[in-house]
Amino acid sequence: MWQAFRNEVHTRGLEIVTVGMDTLGAESCRPFIEAANAEHPSLIDINHVMAERFGVINIPNGIWIDEEGIIVRPAEPAPVPGGKTPPPSAPPVGLPQRMTDILTEASKIVTDRDSYSAALYDWIENGSNSKFALSPDEVIARSGNRDTSTAEASAHFSLAQHLWNAGHRDAAIKHFRETHRLQPDNFSYKRQAWSLMAPPEAGPFARFIQGPMEGQESDWPFEGDWVTDVRAMGAENYYPSFKE
Amino acid sequence: MILQSLSISRTEFETATGWQLKPEGACHGEICVPLPEEVNADIARGIVDVSAVAERLGMPIVHDAEMGLWALGPASMSGRALSTAVAPELELPDVDGNMFQLSSLRGKKVVIVSWAPY
Repeated sequence: MWQAFRNEVHTRGLEIVTVGMDTLGAESCRPFIEAANAEHPSLIDINHVMAERFGVINIPNGIWIDEEGIIVRPAEPAPVPGGKTPPPSAPPVGLPQRMTDILTEASKIVTDRDSYSAALYDWIENGSNSKFALSPDEVIARSGNRDTSTAEASAHFSLAQHLWNAGHRDAAIKHFRETHRLQPDNFSYKRQAWSLMAPPEAGPFARFIQGPMEGQESDWPFEGDWVTDVRAMGAENYYPSFKE
Repeated sequence: MILQSLSISRTEFETATGWQLKPEGACHGEICVPLPEEVNADIARGIVDVSAVAERLGMPIVHDAEMGLWALGPASMSGRALSTAVAPELELPDVDGNMFQLSSLRGKKVVIVSWAPY
């Protein structure tokens, strides 16, 4: 994961900070952080503050900040350098239909791992002279739309996560629905809410189902679900492509 | 941020929003948005009239009357998620609850990587 890349570059003046965005908090992130043997700051963000402060709308996502605290690349998809993209393969047989559908769509998702990785090494080497370090105006321009609806979506999300953690399920769902209506392109707001509906019978992958199990469609409280939304946008558009 | 009241302390407002409340206005990076005189007078006493400051910065306030809660959304007056390239402060806990401040890494290049366990 990012720890391996960090080992390689941290003596060259770069630090990684990971932020686990999960309303369920530290305990759901802990196993992943411990498995990564992370030595870098590994933070927990129950309120998706990353969306409010930096415009993060999907994961995994990276933001570059220079030595003076100036953002030189705003939120964008961030495949881990040196990571492996599994070759396309057919899902194993015998899975529930929804899992098969998820794996089929997921296998079509495209990442620009090589371009992103090359850009990151270039910035480490050349700093502000790197062509990948953007001007402040370009950073602001690329930072994503923030109209009144988008800002309101974040306020509803705050209420939703707060009410969910206080045990008010129905009230939380009402605000999650408003969040999704007001900012439909924020995929982490959607995935967060869908993942909270995890069917216990689905086992360790329950939080990745993010949609109704067969026969339970009428109980699903949201307009969309992962498979339906990804099919509608086209899995190949799930991550915007890397832009110099 | 969740609010139980529309009148909160200056520190609470600054920590939750990343905007600094100074005599010249609500500031972030090179941007300072002037505030009405009476709002500044309250801030000088450490109290923030959230509605008044929110209006100037284009921060929505959503009310859930049944639950008796308000939530304050982020600034929208620039129309972009970032209104300046100056990184906002980010203060979040690690898995053990120890708070970490992004500004403590000044002097290094930083990549903030967002992820989720779902």
